Amino acid sequence: MSVEILMPALSPTMEEGTLSKWLKKEGDTVTAGDVIAEIETDKATMEVEAVDEGTIAKIVVPEGTENVKVNAVIAILAEEGEDASAAASGGDQKAEAEASAEAEAPKEEPKGEAEGSKDSGKVPAQPKVEAQSDPDIPEGTEMVSTTVREALRDAMAEEMRRDKDVFIMGEEVAEYQGAYKITQGLLDEFGAKRVVDTPITEHGFAGVGVGAAMSGLKPIVEFMTFNFAMQAIDHIVNSAAKTLYMAGGQMGAPIVFRGPNGAAARVGAQHSQCYAAWYGHIPGLKVVMPYTAADAKGLLKAAIRDPNPIIFLENEILYGQSFDVPKMDDFVLPIGKARIHKKGTDVTIVSFGIGMTYAVKAMDELAGIGIDVELIDLRTIRPMDLPTVIESVKKTGRLVTVEEGFPQSSVGTEIATRVMQQAFDYLDAPIITIAGKDVPMPYAANLEKLALPNVQEVVDAVKAVTYKA
Amino acid sequence: MAGSSTGNGPLQLHVPEPSVRPGDQPDFSSVKIPQAGTVERPPVDVDPRDIRDLAFSIIRVLNRKGEAVGPWAGSLTDEELRDGLRDMMTLRAFDARMQTAQRQGKTSFYMQHMGEEAVSCAFRKAMEPGDMNFPTYRQAGLLIAGGYPMVDMMNQIYSNEADPLKGRQLPIMYSSKEHGFFSISGNLGTQFIQAVGWAMASAIKRDTRIAAGWIGDGSTAESDFHAALVFASTYQAPVVLNIVNNQWAISTFQGIARGGSGTFAARGLGFGLPSLRVDGNDYLAVHAVAKWAVERARRNLGPTLVEYVTYRVGAHSTSDDPSAYRAKTESDAWPLGDPVIRLKNHLIVKGLWSDERHKQAEAEVMDSVIAAQKEAESHGTLHSGGKPSTRDMFEGVYETMPPHLRRQRQEAGV
Repeated sequence: MSVEILMPALSPTMEEGTLSKWLKKEGDTVTAGDVIAEIETDKATMEVEAVDEGTIAKIVVPEGTENVKVNAVIAILAEEGEDASAAASGGDQKAEAEASAEAEAPKEEPKGEAEGSKDSGKVPAQPKVEAQSDPDIPEGTEMVSTTVREALRDAMAEEMRRDKDVFIMGEEVAEYQGAYKITQGLLDEFGAKRVVDTPITEHGFAGVGVGAAMSGLKPIVEFMTFNFAMQAIDHIVNSAAKTLYMAGGQMGAPIVFRGPNGAAARVGAQHSQCYAAWYGHIPGLKVVMPYTAADAKGLLKAAIRDPNPIIFLENEILYGQSFDVPKMDDFVLPIGKARIHKKGTDVTIVSFGIGMTYAVKAMDELAGIGIDVELIDLRTIRPMDLPTVIESVKKTGRLVTVEEGFPQSSVGTEIATRVMQQAFDYLDAPIITIAGKDVPMPYAANLEKLALPNVQEVVDAVKAVTYKA
Repeated sequence: MAGSSTGNGPLQLHVPEPSVRPGDQPDFSSVKIPQAGTVERPPVDVDPRDIRDLAFSIIRVLNRKGEAVGPWAGSLTDEELRDGLRDMMTLRAFDARMQTAQRQGKTSFYMQHMGEEAVSCAFRKAMEPGDMNFPTYRQAGLLIAGGYPMVDMMNQIYSNEADPLKGRQLPIMYSSKEHGFFSISGNLGTQFIQAVGWAMASAIKRDTRIAAGWIGDGSTAESDFHAALVFASTYQAPVVLNIVNNQWAISTFQGIARGGSGTFAARGLGFGLPSLRVDGNDYLAVHAVAKWAVERARRNLGPTLVEYVTYRVGAHSTSDDPSAYRAKTESDAWPLGDPVIRLKNHLIVKGLWSDERHKQAEAEVMDSVIAAQKEAESHGTLHSGGKPSTRDMFEGVYETMPPHLRRQRQEAGV
C-alpha cells in the first residue's frame, strides 16, 4: 500500500508553511527517521522526518512552494515490495487535485479580498474595518495588508529609530528573533545593547526593567507569555504602577510590558489565562489589548511614548492574521479610545482582543437573520472608553459583552455594572456577559473548545436580548 | 550621556556571548574534563567546607576503555547495571516513537531526552519508595526506571480517554504520587523550592522520606532557585537539589544564567551546601553521587547540591530548531560521549554484554514500546479515537463541585 506523506505541523497553531527543500528525490529509498525535507514557517525551520520506510514514489509539492497547508499531501511513499510507479499513479488523482488546490489557493486569496467575497464559502471573509472612528487617517491613504506580528515589530522598530532610549529585553528576543518572532530583525538593526536576551527570570528582568525605566530609559519588556509574568506581578503592580504616586510625582516608570496573553491552543491550565481583568483592576497601569494589526501598531507606538507603565496584551492566534494598516510616516492611536468596528442599530456587542473574532463572526451571522449589530472594539481596558459604549447602548438598548477570560469579576461584568449605573433607563433587556467557563483551561482539544466562548453563544445571547430567541 | 566625574570614562555593559555560533567549529576546550577516578569520595558526614573543590571538578567513574575506576566505583551490582542499560534504551526508544507520533499529529508536543538518559534513570535507582521527586520536563527516566507503565505515559501524551490526567494537562507533564513524581509544572523553577518545602515538612512530621528537586541550567536564574538554596541551607532540609546542566536553555547558552561563577555547583558554596559536579553521561557516576547525596539527606545530614554536566543532543522540544543558534555538529564534539554507549561498553568490558545481545535488546525494547503504543492508541490520540470525558472538565476545580459549576455543566449539555 502506498503511504501519503503529509505536511507536518510544527505547533498546534501552525496552519501553513513553506516547503523549502527536498533532501530526497523520487526513487530514493528512505527509512523511518530519515530527514526527507525542510519546511519553514514564520516561526521556525524544521526538518521533516520519514515516518515509514519505502521508496519515494512521487513528490507532489515541489520545493520552494509557499503556503502549503498543514496535512496536505506533499509526497507519496511506496512501501517495501510495492511498485513505485504504480503507487505514484495510484495516488495521482487525489494528489493532483490537492496539489492544484494548494497551488491556487494562496493566489486566489488576495484577489478574493480585492473583489469582495467571491469565494466566501471557502476563504473566511476579511473583517471590514470602518475607519470613521479613527479620524486621524487622511483620505486616500494607502492601506497595506499586514499581519499583527509585523505590525508589532514595525511599531517597535519605528520607535527605536525615533528614540535611542527605547530598548527591548526578554527571553529569546535577540538571537532567536523572539519565541513568536515578534522581534524579527531587531537585533540586526539595533544591536545587542538595545535588543537584550535575558536570563530566565521574569521576576528578575521585570525588576531590571522597572529600574531602567526609573533611570530614564524606556524599556519594552517582552514576556514570552503573560502567564510567565505571574512571578513578575509584584514588580508590575507594586513598583511600576505605584512608584510615581508614592514618590510624590518625582519619578515613575515609562515602561511597556508586552507579550501574548490568553489561550493559544493546547497549552493547558497554566499557560492559557487572560490577564485583562487582573491588570485592569490596578490604578497606575494602562492596559491595552488590540485586535487588528492597525490597532496593534498604532497603540504600541503610543504605549512606548506614554510616560506611564503599560500592559500590552497580545494574542498568539492573532499574530498571523492580516489586516489593513494605513501606510503613514507616523501612525499613532490614542490609548483609552474604543473603536466602532461596525455601526448598527439593534444591539451593541462590546469585545476586545481575540474576543472580537467571535463577535465578528456572530455579527455576520446575525446580519443574515436581520439583526443589525453595532460592534465596539474596546481596544483599551484601562482607561476604559465607557462614553462610547454608553452612547451605543442609548441607541440600541441592548448589550452583550464577549471575552475569553474567566467569568467572575471580568471586564464584561465591569462594563455591565457601569452601564447599569449610567444608562439603566435605556436598557430594554438584561445585559449578557459572555466569558470562558469557570474552570482552569484543560489541555485536550475537545475540552479546550468547550471551555472557551463560541460564536453560537454570542448569536444566542444577541437573540435573547433582542427577544428573538 | 556624559562620563562620570571620576574620570574613568563611560561605563560599558557586559553581555556574555557563546564562543561558537552556527557555521563555526564546535569547541568544548573550555569544559575541563578530569580523568575518571581522580576525584575523591569524602565520607557522607564530611564538613562541607572541606570539599569546596568538588564544585569545580567533575566526578567520573567510567574511563575511556569502559572500565569503572576510582573511589566512586562499585555502587551497583551486575544485574543493576544491566537494568540501567535497559532503562536508558527504553527511554530512548520511547522518545523516538513519541517524537514521530508528534510529527504524525498524534500529539501536539513532545520533549525528548537524547543524551541525558543517564541522569534521571540512574538517580531513580538511588531513591526509595515514598521519596518524592519534583522534576522538570526532561526527567521521564524517573518514571521509566521506576516501573511506571509506559502505556499510562502515552495515554497522557495522547490526551485520550484513558489519560490518567483526564485531558487537563500538557503532553509529557506527567503526575504520579504513587511513583514519587510530583505534577510537572509548566512554570519554570517553582518545583525547586517546593521540593525544599516538602522535605522540611517530612522533617517536621518526623517522617523518613526525603525529596529531590530538579532544575535546568537556564532556570537557575529564577528566584525560586535562590530561595530554595536559602531555605535548604537555613533549615538543613532533607533534600537533594539537582541541576541538570545540558548547556542550552532553548537558544540561550548556559553562560547567560551562570555568569562569571565558573560552575552552577559553585552557587551552593555561599550557602554552605556540599556542592558536587558529576559526569551526567556516566550512569555509574550519577548513581554513586545520587546515592551519596540521598544518604546524607536520609541520615539527617542536610541538603546536597549536585550539578550534572551533560548535553542536550536533541531540540529543546518539537517546537524548537537548534540549527538557528548552535553548530549542527556540536553534539558530536561533546567530550563526555553518549551515556547508552558508555554503559554498553562497560558491560562488554566486564563480560556481561555483547554487541549481539545489545542488538537483540534494542529489538526487544522497541517491541515493548510499540506494544504499549498500540495499546495507548486503541484508546485514542489527540485528533482521533477516544477523548477525555467532557463531564470531567468540571470536576477537580474544587474538592467538591460548587453549585455554579454544576449549573455550568448542565448548560454545556454534558
